[in-house]
Amino acid sequence: MKVTLFIPCFVDACFPDVGISMVRILERLGHSVQCPEAVACCGQPAFNSGYWDEARRVADNALDHLRGTDAVVVASGSCGAMLKVFYPQLYDGRPRSAEAVELAGKVWEFSDFLVNRLGVTDLGARFPAKVTFHDGCHGLRELGIHAAPRQLLSHVRDLELVEMDEAATCCGFGGTFAAKFPMISTAMGEVKCASAAGTGADYVVSNDSSCLMHVQGLLDRQGSALKTIHLARILDSR
Amino acid sequence: MSTAAARFLDAAGSITRNLRHRGLIQTALRKYESARDRRKAAFHDWESARQAAAETKWEAINHLDEHLVSFADKLESRGTKVHWCGNGIEARDLIRTIIRDAGAKCVVKSKAMTAEEIHLNEALEKDGFEVVESDLGEFIVQLRKEPPYHIVFPAMHLTRDEISDLFEKELGSAPTREPEELTMIARRALRRKYVTADVGITGANFAIAETGMVSITENEGNARLTAALPRTMITLLGIEKVLPRMEDLALFLPMLATAGAGQAITGYNTLYSGPRQPGESDGPTEWHVVLLDNRRTELLADPEQRDALHCIRCGACLNVCPIFKNVGGHTYGTTYSGPVGSVITPHLRGLQDWKHLSGSSSLCGACTEACPVRIDLHHHLLQNRRNAASEKPSTLERLTWRLHAFLMNSPSLYHLAKECGRVFEPLRKATEGTVLDPVRSWTTTRTLPPVAPVSFKEWWRERR
Amino acid sequence: MNGRERILARIREALRVPAPRPGSHGHGHHDVPAPSPQAGRIPLRPVQQARAWLPPGGDTPEEQLGRFAAASADLKTDFHLLADEAAARAKLSGIASAEGWKQIATHRAALTDAVVPSLGIPSRNTDGGYDPEDLERCDAGITTCDVLVAQTGTLVVNSRTTGGRALSVLPPHHVVLARRDQLVGDLTDAFQRIRELHGEGWPSMISLVTGPSRTGDIERILVLGAHGPKKLTVLMW
Repeated sequence: MKVTLFIPCFVDACFPDVGISMVRILERLGHSVQCPEAVACCGQPAFNSGYWDEARRVADNALDHLRGTDAVVVASGSCGAMLKVFYPQLYDGRPRSAEAVELAGKVWEFSDFLVNRLGVTDLGARFPAKVTFHDGCHGLRELGIHAAPRQLLSHVRDLELVEMDEAATCCGFGGTFAAKFPMISTAMGEVKCASAAGTGADYVVSNDSSCLMHVQGLLDRQGSALKTIHLARILDSR
Repeated sequence: MSTAAARFLDAAGSITRNLRHRGLIQTALRKYESARDRRKAAFHDWESARQAAAETKWEAINHLDEHLVSFADKLESRGTKVHWCGNGIEARDLIRTIIRDAGAKCVVKSKAMTAEEIHLNEALEKDGFEVVESDLGEFIVQLRKEPPYHIVFPAMHLTRDEISDLFEKELGSAPTREPEELTMIARRALRRKYVTADVGITGANFAIAETGMVSITENEGNARLTAALPRTMITLLGIEKVLPRMEDLALFLPMLATAGAGQAITGYNTLYSGPRQPGESDGPTEWHVVLLDNRRTELLADPEQRDALHCIRCGACLNVCPIFKNVGGHTYGTTYSGPVGSVITPHLRGLQDWKHLSGSSSLCGACTEACPVRIDLHHHLLQNRRNAASEKPSTLERLTWRLHAFLMNSPSLYHLAKECGRVFEPLRKATEGTVLDPVRSWTTTRTLPPVAPVSFKEWWRERR
Repeated sequence: MNGRERILARIREALRVPAPRPGSHGHGHHDVPAPSPQAGRIPLRPVQQARAWLPPGGDTPEEQLGRFAAASADLKTDFHLLADEAAARAKLSGIASAEGWKQIATHRAALTDAVVPSLGIPSRNTDGGYDPEDLERCDAGITTCDVLVAQTGTLVVNSRTTGGRALSVLPPHHVVLARRDQLVGDLTDAFQRIRELHGEGWPSMISLVTGPSRTGDIERILVLGAHGPKKLTVLMW
């Protein structure tokens, strides 16, 4: 299958290993992966700030470059929700509406794609550690992804998954929210970190690097031994 | 920045650092969540029940005129006086007149968020009437001269020790750590009031259109007493409270109780269809039902967010909201706090003054998931942000997002930005958290990951 | 234009643009097709359908009794299923002496007439009106009810035939006398029964009472007897 990988800016710049692992995994499964260099962002920051015209400038570019493929796999649940759920709203009643709806129909978050599109749950990975899973809100509630990442983790050798009490509670990132309301965002993140640390896990795993960036940023300041890691990197471990 | 927004930021800044407050609220709401989950599990099909409730309220709100006419006509045919008030001032003046005409001195009140909305108590107290809040939580916050902290649990921010101190100071009772003893102190203080009050004021949970009934939900029995003993009764409710039929309560009462408090059904659910009728032994001889618009029709005129009027004020969205759990109810500075408050307050009190509440959300969607009538709450927050920006865009912000679009759409500029990030990383690191740090709102409490030596796209290009 | 006409005009103006139907807002689930937004009336689902989603009330009388008993235990309602009227008299008399009742209040009805006089305790009827101060001093209010609901452990009183608005909430102990055939499965059944009993002329108050008065307003800890009765007893035969 021809798979287009959508690597959002922060994964590209700060967490390249996540994208690299995804390429490796998809190629190992025999798919042809492409990654349009001209696309760096889905436009969500402007969209969430209420500036929809400006968001469309970014989204227009994404629509231009994400054509002619069987599936668009997104390296973050949040950007996936933007493409899949919010593009049709962003273009509602506008000339490119049909394009936005067509693209939305092809968009998959990475773990959802593996499990529910490709039917793969065992990637032969091995990761000797105790982990707890954080559900990114957009992946969980906009895209309805809950079981897929857990199914994938359940087949990783030597990995123990322990659920935290607040698995489905927001980590407090929320894009520009984290910068506009840092005190609330931080308090939410502290609740998340405490819940994750309470499991005694070595790692917080998620399918969304934006949440992990926030959680890791707080854990660093707390001097915690707990670390964050993206699901794709675990699935790519041997 | 408007004053409401500045006050919000200020209050949020201090309360989020208050770990005692955080612990208290998190513990109380964890108890709620486990009780709610137990009750939800008893449903055959919670999700279908939500959909049916949403459809029933859709029907009620989208034919509001017909339902209200039926509701009012039925009530009037049995001797109830129905009043229609466009705003808070009209409603306050009307209620003051009713109370004055009744020759009343003491007014006993059961919980009514609509009364909070129009600041009824202040107005009545200014007129010299004694107003007694009879719901225990409301009674406590009234003694503290505070607004309710939560629309369902007004005093959830207080510990038993604080309440004991309050009662000792205000009522002269002996200190105690027993919630039961504290409740009995309030019971004894309020019992006299029911028997002697001239006027009783209640809110309402549902207005049944077909039969002309008001349905009031409560656990304590204080609303029952408020509606039984005083000779004049006043019920204040928003026009959005309608349900088409009495039988709809078979669905709505369990859903309200489950979503709101983790109960199978609330202790007392009482339907009132008139003042004392011929052959009855008690009840008020006069009943005034006051229907309040107060800009609800403006929300009604927005089809995109009209479903916010489906709200049954159960408080479920507050209970699951991580923003509410960290900033608490008073920080909002609104009558209706939490997600639904952030959605409707801009409509009820002005978009530009209250848009910060829609901004103050991570858009996690826990509220929408919890709402028993499926209001699309977190998406409405997004719509409020869009409406605020298109009504009155900020030049700076618009420019920022245009630059952002330009940068993101140009591979060479985007690449240059990453290079800049690498070059300036040592400088950024050195100034981190200081006034020179452009991202200090992030770095004050969190580390920022550096730009990787080889980005994904650089790796990809190299590889090909 | 008066207030009513003004508000109705505003509502009609606001409703000129239809709102999307519930559930038609965007979501990304692959398996759930979004219903198409459309205007018009939603045909209200038959009320009986609520049964398909709500907690069960029990299909047989035995099941319903079991559910009512379980709900009562959960609510701290003191529920007694008795063999006959004589057993009810004995039970009530036992409660009266255990609690040391000195005066009680009740109303005229077949069940109360059959049971209450045998107590031999000074009793006032609320039927023709009463002094609230007197009623407040009574140790118990003894009433009948319209219907009992297995699903939730609820009983329904009204202002016309079960003693008025205050009798069931002012005294500290509310005792309900009921017949077995007054128990129904769920709230849908209960509203049907209420309509059969009162649909021709509603009592000004109909109250669904579930358990004794309660509050959780202090640290979410349950306390009984916040304002209404601390105790609720149901005697059924």
